[in-house]
Amino acid sequence: MAHILLRHRDVENIHKLDVYRANGGYEGLKKALTEMTPAEVIDVVRASGLRGRGGAGFPTGIKWGFIPKDAEEVYILINTDESETGTFKDRELSEKNPHQVIEGAIIAAYAVGAKRIYNYFRGEFMDAGYAMEEAVQECYANGLLGENILGTDFSCDFVCHYGAGAYICGEETALIKSLEGERGQPWSKPPFPAIEGLYSKPTVVNNTETMANVPQILVNGAEWYTSMGTEKSTGPKIVCMSGHVENPGNYEVIMGTTYRELIEMAGGMRDGKAFKALLPSGGSGPVITADALDAPLTYEGLDAHNSVMGSASVIVMDETTDMVWAAQKMIHFFHHESCGKCTPCREGTFWMEKVLHRLMNGQGTEKDIETLNSVAAQMKGRTLCALGEFAINPVLSTIRLFPEEYKAKVKNSQSEDWEKALATQ
Amino acid sequence: MIADKYAEEIEGILARFPHKKSAVLPLMHLAQREYGYMSEDAMREVAGILDLDPTHVLSLAGFYSLFHEEPTGKYVLEICNDLACALRGADEFVEMVCRKLDIPLGGTTEDGLFTVKGVMCLGACDRAPMLQYNLKFAEHLDEEKFDNLIAYLREEAASGEEPPSVVEKIAAYAKK
Repeated sequence: MAHILLRHRDVENIHKLDVYRANGGYEGLKKALTEMTPAEVIDVVRASGLRGRGGAGFPTGIKWGFIPKDAEEVYILINTDESETGTFKDRELSEKNPHQVIEGAIIAAYAVGAKRIYNYFRGEFMDAGYAMEEAVQECYANGLLGENILGTDFSCDFVCHYGAGAYICGEETALIKSLEGERGQPWSKPPFPAIEGLYSKPTVVNNTETMANVPQILVNGAEWYTSMGTEKSTGPKIVCMSGHVENPGNYEVIMGTTYRELIEMAGGMRDGKAFKALLPSGGSGPVITADALDAPLTYEGLDAHNSVMGSASVIVMDETTDMVWAAQKMIHFFHHESCGKCTPCREGTFWMEKVLHRLMNGQGTEKDIETLNSVAAQMKGRTLCALGEFAINPVLSTIRLFPEEYKAKVKNSQSEDWEKALATQ
Repeated sequence: MIADKYAEEIEGILARFPHKKSAVLPLMHLAQREYGYMSEDAMREVAGILDLDPTHVLSLAGFYSLFHEEPTGKYVLEICNDLACALRGADEFVEMVCRKLDIPLGGTTEDGLFTVKGVMCLGACDRAPMLQYNLKFAEHLDEEKFDNLIAYLREEAASGEEPPSVVEKIAAYAKK
């Protein structure tokens, strides 16, 4: 099947404007600007059921509809901060199919009355950003950005901006703070960005992949889009497959594809080893095991397995993987990336990493599992943003699904080393 | 002084925002490119251009991991050893790199050419083991490819000729 998002895999040189246009590019924008009112654009996106592809899954059309109609200064922010462990889809889109992202963003700008779009790349993605800068220049030179786009009254600018290494800037309010020149630390909502966002003006923040979905919705209509996927999860989704599969990479599928099928698409388990577990949403979602492999990739598909699709960054682990080690790797990530603003996250990730570290180093105690559960309980529902909420997922889910591995670590600690460690404390 | 060397770029960058404080990260990237790390002078210079308190720039240098607060080697090798990369041998790769360069993680080689860091996810999990050197990706690495990369960078450093960095290329786009 032809790709809807990763179109560069079907059409050579689609990163170039003439090739993109020769293949239907900017037709969605043309239709929006010349045949539709902004309200009609929002309606069709709402009817398509498109939901945020960054992980949270908020309906895109509804988000756009929150922008006050009489607002004079509105901003569109594209979130290309892509920093979740296991996620590499927005980078591919930006490098290889940048015009589709730009077109989606201009349509969004028209829908909400924004005159400027900022694309926030993580600092490590300057190469990808450079590819998009070239596409932006082509747009300016051909009347697709700047004054009077496609000869209409609508004018809009597009600016690529670069962070400097901070996972937290993928959180929308932290991204806004970072773009304002501050440390990227989230604020407690409300106010929501739709009312008070960048420079305290109404702001839409959408993920890169979300934007790439918009142009063809305009061209082909909402019904075309809802014909793909399930009732609550429509359209295509890029899945980032990593870890112990034969062929890691991005795979574009229709929502509803099962996790088992995804592993098969990625060439199956590496070296023929047996599947053990996977993280469906990078480090942020709870681990699932073989009993969940026939669940569909949808926003609601993993509800019964206490997990989430999230950004669909699937990290696959085979039978040789030490799950306590995996949990330690993830908590190290969240501890490193915690912005430090709220106490439960800053302290909680610190202590969880400390406890997992000593479990891994043969210095664990009987009480450690209890301590991990207790710290997690003190973080849950008490952090400023979702980072702290996510951080506990890989730890709690591995304790729940692989308790024997944690117990074995404690048992192995009852050694001379362990006694030595206690004696020196 | 970046204010002189990149005058047009800086003017262009400032024009991209209604509030000039937003230009602080782009200017810090330029300053680090110029001075190699966020020295006190570099931070004062950025603060001066944007009418910020230097301590604000200092707080950003501490917050954002791409800014170096101490001098580094000419090439900073940032190796991802996060979970997804580690499942494909990143921890062993880090060990190999440190052994070959004869430095601990975080250390700099005696000739001042290479600093090695372990970093969080770089968005290339499908191409592990991988690293970034001065913001460029090197992917699908093994010992042989790493040796080749090091040889290439040593040669580049010895030639004294350096291709423009992506920081400069991007800043050039901001020129009016």
